[in-house]
This record gives sequence, structure tokens and C-alpha cells, in this order.
Amino acid sequence: MNFLKITKRDDLPPKKATAIRILSILLSLVFAGLVIAALGYNPITVFASMVKGALGSKIRLQQTVLKAIPLVITSLGILMAFKMKFWNIGGEGQIMMGALAATYVALKMPDLSRPVLLLIMAVAAMVAGGIWAFIPAYFKGKMGTNETIFTLMLNYIAIKFVTYLQYGPWRDPSSQGFPKIPSFSTNAILPSIGGVHIGWIIALLLVALVHIFINHTKKGYEITVVGESVETARYAGMNITSIIITAMFLSGGLCGLTGMIQASAIEKTLTSSLSANYGFTAITTTWLSRLNSIAILFVCCAFAVLLQGGAYIQISMQIPASVADMIQAILLFFVLGSEFFLQYKVNFHTHAKKEAN
Amino acid sequence: MKKSKKVLSLMLAMVMSVAVFTGCSKPAGETNDAAPTEETAATDDVTTIGFLYIGSKTDGGYSQAQHNGTMAVEEYFGDKVKTLIAENVSEDKQTVKSTAINMIDEGATIIIGTSYGFMDGLDELATEYPDITFLHFSGNKMNDTNFGNYFGAMEEPRYLSGIIAGMQTKTNKLGYVAAYPYTEVLIGINAFALGAQSVNPDVEVNVVYINSWNDPANEKSAAESLLAQGCDVITQHCDSAGPQLAAQDANALAIGYNLDNSAVAPGSFLTAPIWHHEKYLIPTIEKIIKGEYTPESYYGTMKDGYIGLAPMTDLVSAEAKAKVEEVQAQIAAGEHPIFVGPIKDNQGNVVVPEGETLDRAGIWSMNYLVEGVTGRDN
Repeated sequence: MNFLKITKRDDLPPKKATAIRILSILLSLVFAGLVIAALGYNPITVFASMVKGALGSKIRLQQTVLKAIPLVITSLGILMAFKMKFWNIGGEGQIMMGALAATYVALKMPDLSRPVLLLIMAVAAMVAGGIWAFIPAYFKGKMGTNETIFTLMLNYIAIKFVTYLQYGPWRDPSSQGFPKIPSFSTNAILPSIGGVHIGWIIALLLVALVHIFINHTKKGYEITVVGESVETARYAGMNITSIIITAMFLSGGLCGLTGMIQASAIEKTLTSSLSANYGFTAITTTWLSRLNSIAILFVCCAFAVLLQGGAYIQISMQIPASVADMIQAILLFFVLGSEFFLQYKVNFHTHAKKEAN
Repeated sequence: MKKSKKVLSLMLAMVMSVAVFTGCSKPAGETNDAAPTEETAATDDVTTIGFLYIGSKTDGGYSQAQHNGTMAVEEYFGDKVKTLIAENVSEDKQTVKSTAINMIDEGATIIIGTSYGFMDGLDELATEYPDITFLHFSGNKMNDTNFGNYFGAMEEPRYLSGIIAGMQTKTNKLGYVAAYPYTEVLIGINAFALGAQSVNPDVEVNVVYINSWNDPANEKSAAESLLAQGCDVITQHCDSAGPQLAAQDANALAIGYNLDNSAVAPGSFLTAPIWHHEKYLIPTIEKIIKGEYTPESYYGTMKDGYIGLAPMTDLVSAEAKAKVEEVQAQIAAGEHPIFVGPIKDNQGNVVVPEGETLDRAGIWSMNYLVEGVTGRDN
């Protein structure tokens, strides 16, 4: 392997880092454009339609915001776990359990006044999502189980449990045998401001709160330390099990809140497809945000533009859904791939010699 | 702090580069493709129709059958209609609504949703967009102005397919791969069982639920387990050709669903209860365009031609063909209701007393399996 040499970068000037990132995006656009052209579409029209489809009119902008809300809140939840290198892949399940708890409250107490009912639903959802994340955290703390596998598998248990409720005990008796859970009363539905449900305000508030929590509180600091080095945390006398469990409870709680918002504002009931992959997409957006809560806001909005733009070109240009998925994948491949070049330096043999001199 | 600034600058750069890229390209896009589509959508003599499918239009079953209807609509109306198609639309409200809204934003004035799980999303949209007409396949919600539904009396061709199965089985065991134990599916199973029992009283029907509409691997493995149990005719209420292929591998026979799959599994395929969606869509769309449509809950029958049996292949015995044709003529003439008492459920309770016949409402409140049928999960 004399052909190329890979070395870890010690320090990269910020200008160069930015240049690499912009280059990666431009390259991905060029590459995606080539693929689109090969499929017989005009790449410039496709990209332009994607942006127009996401931002081009008030309705489209609303659709984009609707997609950004659950992504932002779930990503904040995932951030809590990733900050301490606890790989929470269980966002889907935590969203589901949150939605389930909120639905239980909404269906049991449909006549409570709106603010009270919504508040109880939100708290129930956060507790339920928190518990769903607490389980793998507890086992990791006590027995050292692998949280990646554990949280991943809990997703399927949550989804199948909701399916069971939908087809069994919670089925709406007035739906002619259709397997659906009854819809919420109007008091259990989140109000709208500016044509979009108030989830967008909640999301903005949470971005600020999580930012303050991580950067300016003792607990937030402890979480970061555990993530940097468990040994350091132990040496400093921190109770690591308790920190992991607290952070995971918050992580699951935020995902659970996403579930409540989606159940209340969008579905107005509980369905087994409610989580709509937000739990998985949020892993990508959190990672792209480099675990920074402010960056999450921007990355999730950019991602929502991709999702809505992709959905829109499928309709307006009758492009197969797979093309939109491919554009997304190519963009992610390059952007995530650029992280490698930010951390490592690649030298071809001949160049390496010259530089050494 | 430093880090977050870095990330912010990155995001800004990203947004800007996207903006620059599209900013340059916008004029080109508008003069080429984007402008004409927006214009055509706005002109009066072209009606844009949006179709939402739950699967892919080449799924070899349910969605492909829907798409055949769509293609017949395109052919019939020619330039007067423009169709927008969305495949793989999942049954959560967010996806349904945002897909339909994108279509409306693109000029669609008729939205047709072809899976029952789209119902509540369409219901909300019908209130939010009173000028758009919504048609829903398999649902039970509607309103008086712009939201109707349609479905078919699938029990009729199911019953006929049961006759074939009952006459061709040698083991007297029939296998049924079913999606979920809910009313629409139960109706099909019971109609099939009654058809088989009408020609062969010893026949038993074994049902396996796969708890999914479309899961080719699971559909095939469920069929394999039924074949291993001794079933020699397999039928299905699920979307793929998996059960037919499993039957072909085991030298058994199969009755499909939704589509004529005689070319996919020539070694096993007998026939299939199928849809002719265009029989409803073409006249209904014509009415909507003329402004003469009032919402209804359409229930197409074999007499209407909305549903039927795919052409029977050479694997169907001459005897069975003759019997099917005889009963088919009676059904088409409206002289042969499917659910006629006395009918017992598989617990021994009388569910339809002697002398009674189930009407549409009675059929659609079915929550049991008839005598001679056993169901289990895969």
C-alpha cells in the first residue's frame, strides 16, 4: 500500500474545512445531475423544481415546515443521547410510545378543556417515550448491554404493539371493522398559528432550551464529559449510571413529545405508521449537525426542503420516487463523506514525497 | 461557541450555494418545462386528476390493478385529462395530505385515493378544499358535496372461485393466505368457503393471516406452510403473486386476486377475482367534469361489470368451468345472492337464520368465519 497514504489531520484551518464542505455539496450536485441526466431528465429543471416545490408557494412552504417540526424535535432528542456516545437508534419506538400515551389520554378524557388535556397528553407522551429509552439505558448501565441493538429492537416492539392495539383492543367499533383507532376530540388537537400547528413554536423553544441545557448547566456538562471520556467522568466522581439514565430519559422524552405532536396535530389519532421514519432520519440530521442544537434547526430545515422538494417533483414532473430518494442519498453520501476528508489527510505516493521535502 | 459558528457558516454556505445554483437555473427551467405545465393546469378544458396508490404501479397485484383503471381513463379521455400519479403512499395522514396537497397545488381538481387507510386524510381535505372532488376506493366516509367512495361486491367472484377450488381439490383442503382478520377480508374468505362447500360439502378452508397487505416473502412462506399442511388449492387476499408461485413450485393450484396472473405463474394459475376500475372511474369522472356529480357510495357488482373473474385457464376442468358459468349467469341476473341462511360460524352459532339473506349492510358487519374455516397467524 505505497500508493496512497492516509494520515489523521491534527488541525484544519476553518477556511479549509468550509471549502471542503462546500466542495462536497457542489460535487454531489454535479454527480446527482449526471445521474438525473442519464435517466433522461434535465438536471437543472429537476433541481429548480425541487427548490420551488419546497419553497415556491405558501402551501409548499407550510408542507416543508410540517416536515421540519418532527425532525427538529426528534433530532434534539437523539442529540441528548449521542452527546454521551449512547447510540440511541430507538427514536421510532420512542415516538410511537409517546404517541400511544398521548392517545390513551386523549381517548380517555376527551372532554377536558383544551389546554389541560394537551398538557396532560404532552407530559404522558414524554414520560412514555422516556421510559422506552430508560429501559435500554438501565440495562446498559447495569449489565453493559449493547444499546444500538437494544434500542433498534425496541422500535419494532413499539410499532407492533401499536399495530396490535389498532387491530385489536383499541379498534374503533364504529368503523365497520376497519382497523383504525378512533379519532381525537377537537380538544385534543393542537391549535394552529400562521397556518401551521404550534409545533413549530415548540420546536424553536426546545432548540433554545436544549442549547442552554447542554452548554450552560451542570447536568449538560456532565453529559458531555461522559461522552468525551467515561474514565474522566468516573475520575471526577460523577455517577455515570445516573447521568446515562437521566440523559436517555430526556432523549426518549423529546422523541415521545414528537409522537404526541404528530398524533395530535397531524394524524388526530394513533396509527402504526405515525413515526414515518422520523426516528431514523433524525439520526442523520443529528450527525450532520455535529451534535449542535442550533445547527440542528438549520440542517432539519434543509432536510425538510429535500423531503418536500423530492415529494413535489414526484408529483409535478411524474418522476419516480426512487429518483428523489437517489438525489437525497447522493447528497448525504458526499456530505457525510466529506467528514472523512475533514479528519484525515489523503496523500498519493508521489505527492507525499514532494510535501515531505 | 467556535464550533457552532463554524456549523452556522457551513449551513449558510450550503443554503447560498443551493440558492446560487438554482438562481442561475431558474429562468431556463421556467422557459422550458415548468411554465407549460402550470399553464395547461390552468386552462379550462384539461382536467388534472391525482391518483394515490399504496404500492408500486407494477406490484403485480393491487396497485397494478388500480393503475390499469387509470390507464383506461387516460386512454378514454385523451388530451382532456392529465393524470398525476403518486406511488408507495403510506397510510399516515401526513403523507396522504401532503401528497394530495402537492397535487392540488399542481392543478389537480379531482383526487382519487385507492387505499382504505387514506380515508381520514381525504375526509379532512374534502373540508379544507371544497372545490376539489375526492373519490375514495374501499372507504365508508363521504359527504354531500365533494367526497364519495366506491367499492365492489367481491363476494360474488370470490364465491365463483370457491366453486372451482371445491371441485378441483383432491385433498379437500383449501389454503387461504389473508392479510388481516377484518371485515373485507372475512367477507372474501366466507364467500370463497361457501362457494367451495356448495359443490363439495367435505371441503375445509385453512386461513393464514400475514398481518400485512403486501409482503411477498411472507405471503409465499404462508402459502408454503399451507401446502405442507396438505392444501392443494391456494388462494389469497394479499397483493403479490407469492402464493401462486409457491403453489406452482409444489405442483398445486392457485387462485389469484386483483390481476390476471396467468403469465406469471402458468403452472398453477386457475383464475382470479379481479377489478375493472374503469367501469366506475370513466362515467364518474365524466360526471365530475360536466359538473353533474353528486357523491355516492358506489358498490359495483358483476352485473355492472365492475368486478369479475379473470378468464379461466386450461388448468380449470371442463366440469368446473361449466358449473362456474351456470352460477355466474345466475349472479349476473341478480338471482343468486351469496350469503343465504342458514349459515353457522365456525363456533357453531347460527349467524344467518334460515330464510334470511344478507344485504350490503349485513355483509359489511361480518365479524366471523363460517363453519368449515379455521384461521391462524403465520
